Amino acid sequence: MVEYVPGIPILKPYIDADNKPYWDAVNDHKFVVQQCNKCKNYYQPPRPMCPECLTLDTMDFVPASGKGEVHSYIIYTTDKMAYPGMKIPYAVMVVELDEGVRITANNADDIDTEEIHIGMPVEITFVDIDDSLTLYQFKKREA
Amino acid sequence: MGRNILEEYMNRKYDADIKPSPQANLIKDKTAIVGIGETEYSKNSGRDELDMACEAIKNAADDAGIKVEDIDGLETFTLDRTAMPFIVSTLGLKNLRFASEVSFGGGAACAVTLHAAAAVATGVAKNVVCYRALNEASGHRFGRGDGYAKYMISAPTPHYGYTFPMGFCTPLSWAGCWGRRWMHEFNVTYEQIGWWAVVLREYANKNPRAIFHDKPMTHEDYMNVQMIVEPLRLFDCCVDTDGAAAHIVTSAERAKDLKQKPVYILGAGQSAPIEQEIQTIYNRPVISGLFETWYAAHEAYRVAGVEGKDIDVAELYDPYSLGGIMSLEECDFCERGDAGNFIEGGDNIRVDGKMPTNTNGGLLSEAYIHGYNLVNEGVRQLRGQSYNQVKDPELCMVTAGPGVPSSAMVLRN
Repeated sequence: MVEYVPGIPILKPYIDADNKPYWDAVNDHKFVVQQCNKCKNYYQPPRPMCPECLTLDTMDFVPASGKGEVHSYIIYTTDKMAYPGMKIPYAVMVVELDEGVRITANNADDIDTEEIHIGMPVEITFVDIDDSLTLYQFKKREA
Repeated sequence: MGRNILEEYMNRKYDADIKPSPQANLIKDKTAIVGIGETEYSKNSGRDELDMACEAIKNAADDAGIKVEDIDGLETFTLDRTAMPFIVSTLGLKNLRFASEVSFGGGAACAVTLHAAAAVATGVAKNVVCYRALNEASGHRFGRGDGYAKYMISAPTPHYGYTFPMGFCTPLSWAGCWGRRWMHEFNVTYEQIGWWAVVLREYANKNPRAIFHDKPMTHEDYMNVQMIVEPLRLFDCCVDTDGAAAHIVTSAERAKDLKQKPVYILGAGQSAPIEQEIQTIYNRPVISGLFETWYAAHEAYRVAGVEGKDIDVAELYDPYSLGGIMSLEECDFCERGDAGNFIEGGDNIRVDGKMPTNTNGGLLSEAYIHGYNLVNEGVRQLRGQSYNQVKDPELCMVTAGPGVPSSAMVLRN
């Protein structure tokens, strides 16, 4: 689980034209990823053009499973490299979703840092940090 | 079919579609590093970065035996906070005709030399100085996350938006993710990676310039020190440093008449492989390797006409131990996945080993001047001036920061 330190704001995502649908969906507690409707490849992070087809108008955002496995992870064990608005220990997991793209997020309330391991089955859950910020985290799921 | 860089990488076969011949490369053997300089490396300089940059540049000019006013080109990092107009005013440069900055932090460490050499080889400038000054220890510490909360409300760029809000905003932690994956895939142990820090500290103990010159460290010390970001310990981190370093590039022809033995640029390359975010490289098919280091190193080899086995000494960018250790694989000094075994016990990277590496103590134990001190050490090795001198080296490999668009070069004496 992640505990936030009162009074220190969490840094917000950087919203631009290419990634706005992604973050808008997160605000609605939905998870989408970018897919080219021509070659069907998935892309993360979102981008304006399909690097395979070199088309500007084929990049859609499609609902994603939000399910995957831990591909790698780190644990902040001291405050030296951690963000001051979050209490240690906390983890960041790189999760490979069923769609093939990899997403980074913290461990949800049901996951202690000690139990995280490569290959662990997880799925996305949403957390409302405050009125203006919603993020996603990874929680356990049955394999 | 076009080029499949991933397949090349996995099969260890560099095969560029577009190949200007090495003979067409005007830098190769026609440019040289002729002067090196630095300031004292410390934890608290008490000086401005401009002050230190100018001292390092003057020292490099004195070392080369050229007048400061004969410098007509400037080359640095976009991250450098000294302003070029003040460098010009402070040094009294009257003949400036070329200036540029290279981005992506430590990834630029060899690219600056490449750009300087390109300017020299094409006749745009005659004597270009590459410099970097930073008060990383006492001033702004970009390797730490605590500062961000004071002046930012959001991630600084779109791609950082997928990491900063998760409290995931420091280079060590980004590196920890691909480092752990590499350790996992190849069964590398903490005991093995500890040898990198131990051997580099041995080098630093013999190098009076090194921040850790007077501080020995054993393998036991390494294993007992605290984890900062699991899987990386305190002694896996580079040493935050105040200081500056510089080197001067000129033509091979002019180099012959100068004070020092010229160190020629035999090959150099930049790299920005696919799916290359800024250290958060998790959407490339393989994260258990340093794609950009492999790519830059092999372009440098291709131009130089040499292979990994021909290299006598290596100065590999190590902002954290794993950056340097994994680079041993990417430069073909050992097989992919074998670097943990290669450094175990330390002998292979010691001064009389198979590949003496980071002979000044590296970024971990000499100083963190964003890779410039590794360039200077490479030059010293080929001149025969190192405190940890390898016997008669002919070729030196220097690499730049991993995880970002990067660069590498092969130097020869």
